[in-house]
Amino acid sequence: MLHNAWLIPLIPAVSFFLILFFGKRMPKKGCEIGIAALGLAFVLAVVAAAQWIGKAEPREAVHAHHTWFNMGGIDFGFGIHVDGLTVMMLVVVTFISLMVHIYSTGYMHGDRRFTYFFAALSLFTSAMLMLVVADNTLQLMIGWELVGLCSFMLIGHWWEEGVNSGAAIKAFITTRTGDVGLMLGIITLFFAAGRNFDIEHLNHEALTGAIGHGTLLVGACLLFLGVMGKSAQFPLHVWLPDAMAGPTPVSALIHAATMVVAGVYLVARLYGVFFTGFSIQAGGVNFVAIIGAITVLIAAALAFVQDDVKKVLAYSTVSQLGYMIMALGVGAWSAGVFHLFTHAFFKALLFLGSGSLIHSVHSNNMSEMGGLRKKMPTTFWTFIVGSVALAGIFPLAGFWSKDEILLGASKNGYPLMLVVGILGAFMTAAYMTRACYLIFAGEYRGHGHPHESPPSMAWPLRILAVPAALAGLLNAPGIGLFHKWVDFEVPGVPPFLHEHSFNVPLAGASLAVAVLGIGVAAGYYFRNAFPLGLSERVPILKTGERILVHKYYLDDLFLAIVRGIQYPIAKAAYWFNQHVLDGVINGVGKGAQASAQLVYEVIDQRVIDGVVNGAGMSAEEGGSILRHVQSGRVQQYAAVLFGAAAVFAIGLVFLT
Amino acid sequence: MLTVAVFLPIVGAAVLALIPRSREEMIKAAALLITAATTIVGISLLFGFDYSDAGRLQYSANHGWIDVINSRYHIGIDGISLPLLILSMVITLLCVIYSWDHFPEPHNPKAFLILMLVLETGMNGTFAAQDLILFFVFFELVLLPMYFMIGVWGGPNRQYAAIKFFLYTLFGSALMILSFLALYFKGGQTFDIPLLIAQGGTIAHGTQLLIFGGLFMGFAIKVPMFPFHTWLPDAHTEAPTVGSVILAAVLLKLGCYGFIRIAIPILPDAAKSWAPWIGLLAVIGIIYGALGCLAQRDMKRLIAFSSVAHMGFVMLGIATLTSFGINAAVFGMVAHGLITGMLFFIAGSIQERFHTRELARLGGLLLQAPRLGWILGFCAFASLGLPGLAGFWGEFPAILSAYQPAAGLSQLTFRVYMAVAAIGTVFAAGYLLWMLQRVAFGTIKTEFENAHIHDVHIPEYLAWTPLLLGILLFGIFPHLIFHMTDQAVGLVTSSVGAVSSAAGR
Repeated sequence: MLHNAWLIPLIPAVSFFLILFFGKRMPKKGCEIGIAALGLAFVLAVVAAAQWIGKAEPREAVHAHHTWFNMGGIDFGFGIHVDGLTVMMLVVVTFISLMVHIYSTGYMHGDRRFTYFFAALSLFTSAMLMLVVADNTLQLMIGWELVGLCSFMLIGHWWEEGVNSGAAIKAFITTRTGDVGLMLGIITLFFAAGRNFDIEHLNHEALTGAIGHGTLLVGACLLFLGVMGKSAQFPLHVWLPDAMAGPTPVSALIHAATMVVAGVYLVARLYGVFFTGFSIQAGGVNFVAIIGAITVLIAAALAFVQDDVKKVLAYSTVSQLGYMIMALGVGAWSAGVFHLFTHAFFKALLFLGSGSLIHSVHSNNMSEMGGLRKKMPTTFWTFIVGSVALAGIFPLAGFWSKDEILLGASKNGYPLMLVVGILGAFMTAAYMTRACYLIFAGEYRGHGHPHESPPSMAWPLRILAVPAALAGLLNAPGIGLFHKWVDFEVPGVPPFLHEHSFNVPLAGASLAVAVLGIGVAAGYYFRNAFPLGLSERVPILKTGERILVHKYYLDDLFLAIVRGIQYPIAKAAYWFNQHVLDGVINGVGKGAQASAQLVYEVIDQRVIDGVVNGAGMSAEEGGSILRHVQSGRVQQYAAVLFGAAAVFAIGLVFLT
Repeated sequence: MLTVAVFLPIVGAAVLALIPRSREEMIKAAALLITAATTIVGISLLFGFDYSDAGRLQYSANHGWIDVINSRYHIGIDGISLPLLILSMVITLLCVIYSWDHFPEPHNPKAFLILMLVLETGMNGTFAAQDLILFFVFFELVLLPMYFMIGVWGGPNRQYAAIKFFLYTLFGSALMILSFLALYFKGGQTFDIPLLIAQGGTIAHGTQLLIFGGLFMGFAIKVPMFPFHTWLPDAHTEAPTVGSVILAAVLLKLGCYGFIRIAIPILPDAAKSWAPWIGLLAVIGIIYGALGCLAQRDMKRLIAFSSVAHMGFVMLGIATLTSFGINAAVFGMVAHGLITGMLFFIAGSIQERFHTRELARLGGLLLQAPRLGWILGFCAFASLGLPGLAGFWGEFPAILSAYQPAAGLSQLTFRVYMAVAAIGTVFAAGYLLWMLQRVAFGTIKTEFENAHIHDVHIPEYLAWTPLLLGILLFGIFPHLIFHMTDQAVGLVTSSVGAVSSAAGR
């Protein structure tokens, strides 16, 4: 299966076309095709994973490459590169996608574009898997853009409302702004590595110093712009919360578990380039780590002021993506990748859980929830598992991966990032406590009678709760399987990532901080231990809240830029077009017309016509036909042709 | 055989002229037959073409023509002309199909179709000509039918637009023929393009620069490049749908083709001096065209401005004088022909249904005519350069090529161009999605709530399916075009390379 890993993206691609053309005629409107395809893809991914694990150590990546086309003496190819990271992603993507497919049969039941929705999910999964198996940056970029397309289609799924299509456009344009960097970065590295798109080759060249440091830094910075767009890093994170306008299963699959980690995956995949380009080994503060750290904090803070449950989770996702990027920025490669792995499960679980709530309450707002613990027990328990895992409480998944990131930051000499990580852990635990309180505690504040969701939605929650709870144990001390299976290795370069051990004091500290976060938030909400309305009375807090509510005014800034381009600048350019450029042309035309008129009146009518008139009498009949065609304009052509001939003659004299 | 491909349409036009005007069905059938036959000839050319030697002129014919000035009837096609020739044939055929039951006012299918056939001969001939005078004749032959198409069948402001189109292009042509004559006298008294290329570079640098300037004006107006583009939005806005399609899909390519076929290989030395300026105008065009799009209220005019931006990518590729760049340019021409041609078809169909193209009045197309809306979405994404569809392969390699332009060109300058062009892709996404949102998304506007809007019908399907398939197919298998162009492009760039190595010594 490792050699035939290309089958895994191909299956959902075929499924996309099948659903598109035959879906509506199927008894279940096409969803059965999608589920069957994803089931098959998941099985194949698991087989691939088993084969990878079963390989004798040291495991060598499987590489297959075919020529796609030749141009300019370069072989543009497509191929697969399968190693531990790839296999891990294949399993995660197909598993989450399968869960989301099953869940959607319930959630999207009766939607007017049900079939289309499943087609888009299949296309998305295929594109994402293609991105994952890509052995070269060009192919990776193609998958990257295609997932962007699917994201657009699915965010704007209910495009009748302008808000939704607006959010879709915002997402597409924001990520595409980052993609300018991605494209230029890929081009820079293509030439730097001797006209080669091959990822392994790029890593090798970067790590062995074959590419000059300056070029590498430029290339890495440009690529990272793309990462910031796709993985919603500050300040390009603004699209992700808006993307919640899409149906909730989409938020779970695309905007939490898979597509948004494409940027993290890219950094992990081309780690040689980033590691050397940003001099991560030197322990200096670098761009990647800083952006990651800023993102962790600013997004976590925003999660506190949201009423929409999906937006809490969205900002939480941004914040957790910040953790992953920060981990990669401090040289803790396997910690970052491991966090990607665990986060996918518990965040997908949380989103699907929120979907279950929304499905039942018919509102996204937590202010219209409350007291749902008894009414929706499955949703409640699974949501709590997800929240605890996210908060990083022992022994659930988030604990292990977050702890590794903190350890990496401390061991590799990034004390600042360690502080950020711990602060982030505190905030994460606190805002999730707030959310759980608002949703499940107290009395029901909404309308209607909430009830537990149907089995097609409840079962994916139960299933996802298992890895959300247990996935972290893969890398628990004494087990450490994840490290062993998913390793970053470039043939021909000695390993530069050191495996690190478990550190009890640090783990204890991070756990304590998370518990403290829960405690403070619980004290605030459950026990009223703090005076209420603090932010009303204390001016500093009030200002702080206002800034948070306005999302640091970043959206306003970007909107101002876009408006500035669309209105003054575009309008000015168009004015210039109509009045200056066109004015010149029209002026020339009028001038020609005027001189033609002059020539016509003075020479033609008085001199020549006098002669012709006599002969013209007999030709009058034929002339009347011609006159129909011949307006005054023919004189203009004549004038121009005449002028051209004159220029001609002068030119000939001049040149010969 | 190539001669047949070039002249069959004009012979057909003569036949059409003999059919009485009242027998409309017969006229339409004859036109369909002729364009289909031409396309079949084109396809057989495609199959008989020797791809292993795509740089060589094939299907050549070389006879005496105007002996006094040593101008010969010399035609032939290589890997660069072939895809464009086929594009021209297919587009004309599809336009005949599309027009089947909606001829624009004042109707008169006979005259309309005759003009279209004459136009096709002009276009095909331009792509096949290997003699400068012959090239010029075909290049000019295109003007008149298009002038009448816009001027007679066009929108309310058609007279102005038609005149502007005609005169502007003619002005460029005048300078172009001047340069042709200069080449004749300086290049050994011949108009033969391959002969001129073979002895290329022997003309003194200063003279080359001047001659190139004349050619530049002729071709740049036709492309059109900023700031010579102002005829284009007017012509497109006023032209009937089919006229816009042919204009965008084929006519704009004549200028770019002229650069690749004539200006650069014959005057490689001057090309190098001009390249940074061409590149500059190209990237200005990319951003400027996009800004123009954002300022529009009329859907068709928006698409017209997007052509300025797209041609900017093509010209940037050409300006790098590299193999990547020129391959991308030829691919970009074909892709733009398919995609923008489709967008104009759709704009025409929307106007036919809603009797307006004003973005503010449209909305909810996906509800009233879902298939049409879907096709619009598909084409918008193709146009913004989504990988997997044809537009990407014109855009990405062009940007790629600017990283490392031909030897002797300033790397820094072209890298700045590269960055600007890449930013242009964001703008492209901006205006296309904005248009898509206005037209296709949202709810039905009250004024059209009760209007009967029919979805895509049979002639539209027939005319569009090949284009849509082409967009998808070339996107997935770019090889289909690159394997034609690559060798031929190699010859063009090697002529440039020869100059740089000579200069290096």
